[in-house]
Amino acid sequence: MKTKDAFETTASGYTLLHLMVTAAAREVFDHETVFVGMRLPLLGFLLAKSTHAPHAVGVYELGVVRDTVSPEPILTMGDLPNLSGASWLADTIDMMGLLQKGLVDVSFIGGAQVDRFGNLNTSYIGGFRSPVTRLPGSGGACDLACLAQRHIIVMTHEKRRFKEKVDYITSPGYGEGPGWREGVGLPRGGPSAVITTLGVLRFDPDSKEMMLVSVHPGVSAETVQSHTGWHLKTARNLAQTPPPTREELTVIRRFDPGGYWTGTEKSPGEKALGVF
Amino acid sequence: MDSAKRLSLSEAVSRFVQDGDAVAMGCAQETLIPFAAGHEMIRRQKKDLTLIGPISDILFDQLVGAGCVTEIRAAWIGNVITGSAYHFRRAVEEKTLRIKDHSNLTLAMALKAGAMGVPFMPTRTALGSDLYQTNPDLKTLSCPFSGVPVTAVAALTPDVAVVHVQRADIFGNSHVWGNLGVTREACLASRHVILTAEEIVDTTVITGDPNRVVVPGFRVSAVVHAPWGGHPSPVPGYYNRDHQAFIDYRNCSKTPEGFRAWRKEWVDPVDDGRAYAEILGNARRESLAITHRRPSVPVDYGY
Repeated sequence: MKTKDAFETTASGYTLLHLMVTAAAREVFDHETVFVGMRLPLLGFLLAKSTHAPHAVGVYELGVVRDTVSPEPILTMGDLPNLSGASWLADTIDMMGLLQKGLVDVSFIGGAQVDRFGNLNTSYIGGFRSPVTRLPGSGGACDLACLAQRHIIVMTHEKRRFKEKVDYITSPGYGEGPGWREGVGLPRGGPSAVITTLGVLRFDPDSKEMMLVSVHPGVSAETVQSHTGWHLKTARNLAQTPPPTREELTVIRRFDPGGYWTGTEKSPGEKALGVF
Repeated sequence: MDSAKRLSLSEAVSRFVQDGDAVAMGCAQETLIPFAAGHEMIRRQKKDLTLIGPISDILFDQLVGAGCVTEIRAAWIGNVITGSAYHFRRAVEEKTLRIKDHSNLTLAMALKAGAMGVPFMPTRTALGSDLYQTNPDLKTLSCPFSGVPVTAVAALTPDVAVVHVQRADIFGNSHVWGNLGVTREACLASRHVILTAEEIVDTTVITGDPNRVVVPGFRVSAVVHAPWGGHPSPVPGYYNRDHQAFIDYRNCSKTPEGFRAWRKEWVDPVDDGRAYAEILGNARRESLAITHRRPSVPVDYGY
């Protein structure tokens, strides 16, 4: 399965990106405080708020807290509708203080490379001494990976991205395995799920290793393995990712009316994953 | 009252941004980015600048493309709605640009330390990350009280912070509203502050609501009247984000020729005395106008 195919509209009327936004939204529980990231997670939060998590509170690193959805569709967190009627407009340090004190339940980050322990690279492909590709960098991702109670990774599933070892750790996962986070002094947290273009993976509570728990419709466990750079463990009761409901699709389309992030039949939304 | 600090954009940049300076910009992240001032640095062909900011939504890439920059200290350099920043990327890959990698929190702490006059600030982020490998301003330290490991972030004291605000008086007192990012810390940490403002107002407007001030006038070196000075970033109360401009820049900046064409359209004409608003044109300005007004209820500072 080529990545390109992954963005095409399926016969059932939703795109793969709709499915991923829905999967991301379902990681948010009601009443949680959510540190909302860029791209797909922006929509995932709006979807969660509009459906099963109406009391969730959103924190945005540029200095916004809001407990309502933005009154109009937005492409990015700094769009003025996302500021209008906010609960709090303040400094980045205030947002990061909430995070550092342990008050953020869940956050979302994207990545260009990930390893079996959920360590993420969004900085240097090919190592920092002679990078083949320089990526934008951490932004708030390192902070979210270090300090949120848990974080969700959203990314494209390709062998060159799912690597035995990442070229640079921008955002720590479970490091080298059990006990590593405690050892380096991280106060809490770690990745709880990886939502990819092929399926959903979680982390074994004992080994801290990534494990395939759900495949998207039409994808087999073998396909996922062939796009992963290490021997991937699979959950005994491997599930299929539930497709978006009609209500969820309606909400996503309301917040992404032009399909900028989630794609349309004419224009796949590859921007959404920050494919570099 | 201090003397007037109102200058033209050209005078302010010539006087307070020297070749080799460390310049903090884009401090509110996605909003209020001082594009007008950045473009003036391009026109004046500033050299060897060190750019400091949390994230840069294309402004840093434009300065790198114009050859003004030798070092960047930031958490994220790209184009928020499209991804990579191509000049930045090429310059790092070709090793013509030095980079000290921060996270948003370590950068905020670095500027906070600079603002507070202390040599470093502690934080619990970045432990175990490779940011340490590409930023000598981060060191691990044991808390002297509990012994837990913390990241010590060295203070940053930029030569100048350039900040776009909604309104200012001629003495450097200003109002800024919306999300603030690290604007407050950057202004207080820097030796000089240049304000570019959508409007110049009477001092009584500013002192009428002093909670809306993030840096007092006595810390400000220059005030510039720069309507549309934040375009294409959004300015709360004034105009919305121009998404198409960010998409167009992504397409132009893929090649040096495209960048030159972009510069010829958006940066150079201002030197010939054309106002930026005029280059932008009526139709585009109208398309970005605030359509849902939401003025706040005044508060009372009486006694």
